Amino acid sequence: MKTRTMLCAALALLAAQQTTYAADKVKVGMLSTLSGPGAGLGVDIRDGFNLALKHQGGKLGGLPAEVITADDQQNPDVAKQTTDRLIKRDKVDFMTGIVFSNIMLAVGQGVFDSKTPYISANAGPSQYAGEQCNPFFFNVAWQNDNLHEAVGKTVLDKGFKKVVVLAPNYPAGKDAITGFKRFYKGPNAVVAEEIYTKLGQLDYAAELAQARAAKPDAMYIFLPGGMGINFIKQFVGAGLSRDITLFGPGFSADEDVIKAVGEPMLGMFNSSHWAHDMDNAANKKFVADFQKDYGRLPSLYASQGYDAALLINAAVRDVKGKIEDKDAVLKALKAAKFESVRGPFKFNNNQYPIQDYYLRVIGKDAQGRVTNKTLGKIFANHADAYASACKMK
Amino acid sequence: MDWILVAEQALNGLQFGLMLFLLAAGLTLVFGIMDMINLAHGSLYMVGAYLAAATALATGSFVLAVAAAVIGTALLGMLLELALLRRLYQRDHLSQVLATFALILISNEGVRMIWGEQPLMLNTPAALSGPVELLPGLMYPAYRLLIIGVGLAVALLLFLLVTRTRIGMWVRAGASNRAMATAMGVNIKRLFTLVFGFGAALCALAGALLGPLLAVQVGMGESILILAFVVIVIGGIGSIRGALVGALLVGLVDTLSRTLLPAVMRQLASPEVASNLGPALASILIYVLMAAVLFWKPQGLFPARG
Repeated sequence: MKTRTMLCAALALLAAQQTTYAADKVKVGMLSTLSGPGAGLGVDIRDGFNLALKHQGGKLGGLPAEVITADDQQNPDVAKQTTDRLIKRDKVDFMTGIVFSNIMLAVGQGVFDSKTPYISANAGPSQYAGEQCNPFFFNVAWQNDNLHEAVGKTVLDKGFKKVVVLAPNYPAGKDAITGFKRFYKGPNAVVAEEIYTKLGQLDYAAELAQARAAKPDAMYIFLPGGMGINFIKQFVGAGLSRDITLFGPGFSADEDVIKAVGEPMLGMFNSSHWAHDMDNAANKKFVADFQKDYGRLPSLYASQGYDAALLINAAVRDVKGKIEDKDAVLKALKAAKFESVRGPFKFNNNQYPIQDYYLRVIGKDAQGRVTNKTLGKIFANHADAYASACKMK
Repeated sequence: MDWILVAEQALNGLQFGLMLFLLAAGLTLVFGIMDMINLAHGSLYMVGAYLAAATALATGSFVLAVAAAVIGTALLGMLLELALLRRLYQRDHLSQVLATFALILISNEGVRMIWGEQPLMLNTPAALSGPVELLPGLMYPAYRLLIIGVGLAVALLLFLLVTRTRIGMWVRAGASNRAMATAMGVNIKRLFTLVFGFGAALCALAGALLGPLLAVQVGMGESILILAFVVIVIGGIGSIRGALVGALLVGLVDTLSRTLLPAVMRQLASPEVASNLGPALASILIYVLMAAVLFWKPQGLFPARG
């Protein structure tokens, strides 16, 4: 009997110790797309996040950080199982990393139910921005419609009269076209064709023929990762680049795509909330060190991964390491006191960003490299169109 | 709907169909002659694409890349047949499915270990990266024309090989009645090894040619394998002619429906509904086609066995 009591006491002590241990470090679940055609995106988020961690000396808000990295294989089922494991077995304090909105929507509810703050470094579905907004969901990147709204306005302002739009048939694709059309409208703005393809489609022969037949003067594509790489190559191969000006959101014209496609991308306009030539101290350090560590220019995804880590860092710092106090953590996250590499940044009431959006064009820099050049601001302090439907204050 | 769109889509359908044919030809021979279900056929396609990509990245030569893919994969295919698959001919289909499914997993992991998780991106050869004006107003990518040319040449070669040569005669004999062919003195074992290597070479050719258009990535064989099975079921198992007709049918239906169906839907329903329903309907149309063919001709269009 005595030994059993002793054992119980010992176990209780052990358990108590474990809870104190938990606050001695921060565990982050980095679930991202690290294989398949979308892998480049996830890899950049991961690398950006890790670079920020390195800049913080391996700590987040003063606590040693442990990042558990997992691959969702761009598959919602795999993502759900892995999320379960990260939350229940590994007991992570924060989750981040998801690239694709359909995956975000598949795992979101489970994460929120477990009261784990989710810091989105990319996926920004309209659902979580509006009525289904959630105190545990923070988007440090952008709402899915935003970049597309910015391009829509640019295409309208530049006087293009007939546009073909193309996106994959999934939540972010729908958000993209909605966003584009929200600002590309008027008596001189015709969307001649709206083409939706399968997510992950790599051969665009049929869609290109359709676009050619519609005879537009501009074309807008929302095709993340390998999809965009293939599309642009085939767009040029089919001879469409001679008559049609190509527009895309920043990530369809970012360093990962440029590296794979090269010269054919010259002259492509795109919109972004971040660019590697943006003039602020945090960004200069980020771009220089990213190049030094990984041997390539960072993409928009890398900048978002970097900012996600900085946000967590700021929140943990502001609660003085007491991350078991969820309310305090959420409040600190919402206050977002960190120096973003994109310059001014703050959260809206739905915990999506209010930030500036810029126009970029692909050209050659002083060293002859094909890369993006920032032309100017499209939107200043731009919020998303769903925030008013969100009941959070 | 103007004629340029229809002509361009017909060419796209032809190009897609011919690539499917390269995959289906090997599959239908193996299935038809040896009565062997080889799920790992798509993995040979993947291996071919990776060999081509690796060679292209190392040497920069497109011709060398295709040659390395075809020869390398043919050798690998024959090795596989000698070492493993011939033990499965006597077993039932379930064992074959299990064993070749294991092969898929092994080859995916193997490729991942050698070349990594991320897809390899190839560029089309510089000389073929632009468009060609076929007729006034009808532009078509030069590289896709090359694919069509190679596909047609291989189809013709295969047709002559099967109908005009002694080996072709053995193959047809083996497909229609294996026991009788053996009794008549055909060395079926050696023939099987050759046919398997040949089928592997054909799908490696498809993988190497499609590499620059698609992305060379782990698991690329599985998605296209389903279509290859649809093709041989439509065409009739074991028949080269059936594989060609089936592949062209599937290629054309898939390509045309992807553009025509949404256009038709827009006439009937609101753009919102059409843009949702059109692509969904288009992607099931080939299965509807397969069901229709099986309804009227359960053996496929050109059954090899009477």
